[in-house]
Amino acid sequence: MKTILKVRGVKQCFGKKTVLENVNLEVGEGEILGLLDPSGAGKTTLIKIITGQLAPTEGTVEICGTSGEYKPNRGVVSAEESGKPAVSGREHFCQKIGIMMDNFGLYERLSCYDNLKFYAKLQGIPMKKIEETLKKVGLFQAKKTSAANLSKGMRSRLLLARALLSEPKLLFLDEPTNGLDPATAAEIHKLIREEQEKGTTIFLTTHNMAEAEKLCNHVALLHEGRIVEYGNPGEICRRYHHQKRLLLHLAGGEEVVLPHDKSCAEKLLFYLEEGKLETIHSTEPNLENVFMELTGRRLEE
Amino acid sequence: MTKHIKAILWKQGKDTFKNKEILVQFVMFPILTVIMENAMEIKGMPEHFFANLFAVMYLGMAPLVSMAAILAEEKEKNTLRVLLMSDVKAIEYFLGAGIYLFAICMLGAGVIGFAGGYRGRELAFVLAAMAVGILISILAGAVIGTYSRTQMMATSLMVPVMLVLASLPMLAMFNERIAKVAKYFYTGRMSLLLNSMGNGQEIAEGLWIAGANMLAAVVLFVVVYRRKGLE
Ligand SMILES: Nc1ncnc2c1ncn2[C@@H]1O[C@H](COP(=O)(O)OP(=O)(O)O)[C@@H](O)[C@H]1O
Ligand SMILES: [Mg+2]
Repeated sequence: MKTILKVRGVKQCFGKKTVLENVNLEVGEGEILGLLDPSGAGKTTLIKIITGQLAPTEGTVEICGTSGEYKPNRGVVSAEESGKPAVSGREHFCQKIGIMMDNFGLYERLSCYDNLKFYAKLQGIPMKKIEETLKKVGLFQAKKTSAANLSKGMRSRLLLARALLSEPKLLFLDEPTNGLDPATAAEIHKLIREEQEKGTTIFLTTHNMAEAEKLCNHVALLHEGRIVEYGNPGEICRRYHHQKRLLLHLAGGEEVVLPHDKSCAEKLLFYLEEGKLETIHSTEPNLENVFMELTGRRLEE
Repeated sequence: MTKHIKAILWKQGKDTFKNKEILVQFVMFPILTVIMENAMEIKGMPEHFFANLFAVMYLGMAPLVSMAAILAEEKEKNTLRVLLMSDVKAIEYFLGAGIYLFAICMLGAGVIGFAGGYRGRELAFVLAAMAVGILISILAGAVIGTYSRTQMMATSLMVPVMLVLASLPMLAMFNERIAKVAKYFYTGRMSLLLNSMGNGQEIAEGLWIAGANMLAAVVLFVVVYRRKGLE
């Protein structure tokens, strides 16, 4: 898989406070990478660094497109330097990425449609894309509503619509479902998956473990500014599956825990034959358990 | 003109009519002029009295307040960041907002001049003088807007500046000392020019003062912009 985004040795200090420390990440083309940080200490900062809004104290970021490399804090790398075909400037890069984050404001007095229209004019995007995108995110009915009068969920949709308008190759979503009701969050998840199916690479942050587990091909667990674990959510969970057990729910509300090996076969069969068995669960941890284990251990050190 | 500047002009056009605080700046003095010039007939009052008075207040206030408020709001609401991330250059932003404000203010200036009874060459002279003043005010507004991080901050900075600029000419009528200072400010000088309709000598002096004021505004702007940027 082709690597689209490389973050190397990023460190960020604000005054004496170190927020990010030695962050290394690679994101492959077409995948969803989730930056998972339940404690809330550096997600937005990392997105700002990657998108060139903030210069890191140390480290580098590279975004590789079809037409060259871009180093957000150094501008476009020349053709000779990167050894790739010439790139057509920063503007080109801007159209290739979409950003949805809280500190990317909307014009409160303008309607949803006009907010997108302004952005389309800035980027030279065909006007027919506006209604298309509004329909896609489910805001078509509200297109004349001014941004100030949108509900939280609608606002998130509009921010997402703007990020999607230029059909970016690389999409940054900073806590896209934060504070949304489950139904709206599920719709946003659906939109994110649709984008991925189109081949878009997605970098999202969340503090919601279940969201990351459901949505992401890879997750990076951030704790106190460092990446403490990285990988496919399922694989991570299996890796931390130390004590293999089975949890049985029996008729009458009784729970039985059995070791996950040959020795339990007889008992299992017994419950099945008796018709007492209602459900069987494996006891592998979810991301939340893994995170607790990781950070708990860290605190003990 | 770049597509970025065109887009900013379009956005300002859409936004102004929904932004009452800004809109009132543009229409108040032109309307006041129309009303006062038609309603008041006082014996012995100089010709064009209200038009000249309001013209100077208008150019000291409307462009300055609007430019500062628009910039500060874009910063506070984080919309400026979106523009800059869309590769809009700072100069494109200032040109977009500046051209728009200049056009609107000149419309207001036209109303004031016409309602004040100016016609033909005199009207052209008044409009030219106001155009220069409006430009300086836009620059001054850009300085305040660039310096401020929030709308609150912009307001607390622009109110005293605007009061001084807009009221100097009026106070100068009543006080010799103030008159001496006022003539070094573009609004004070503008008032003198309009009231005398300028001979060659006065126009030359006026141009000097306007030039010096403009230079001061540009220098201030560069200093503030270097320090603060557009973040
Ligand atoms: N510009 C800044 N100056 C000083 N501290 C900052 C700045 N930006 C962020 N921080 C600090 O960095 C930490 C991480 O912030 P942030 O990246 O926004 O966290 P998250 O998005 O994960 O909730 C916070 O403790 C915040 O106070
Ligand atoms: Mg955040």
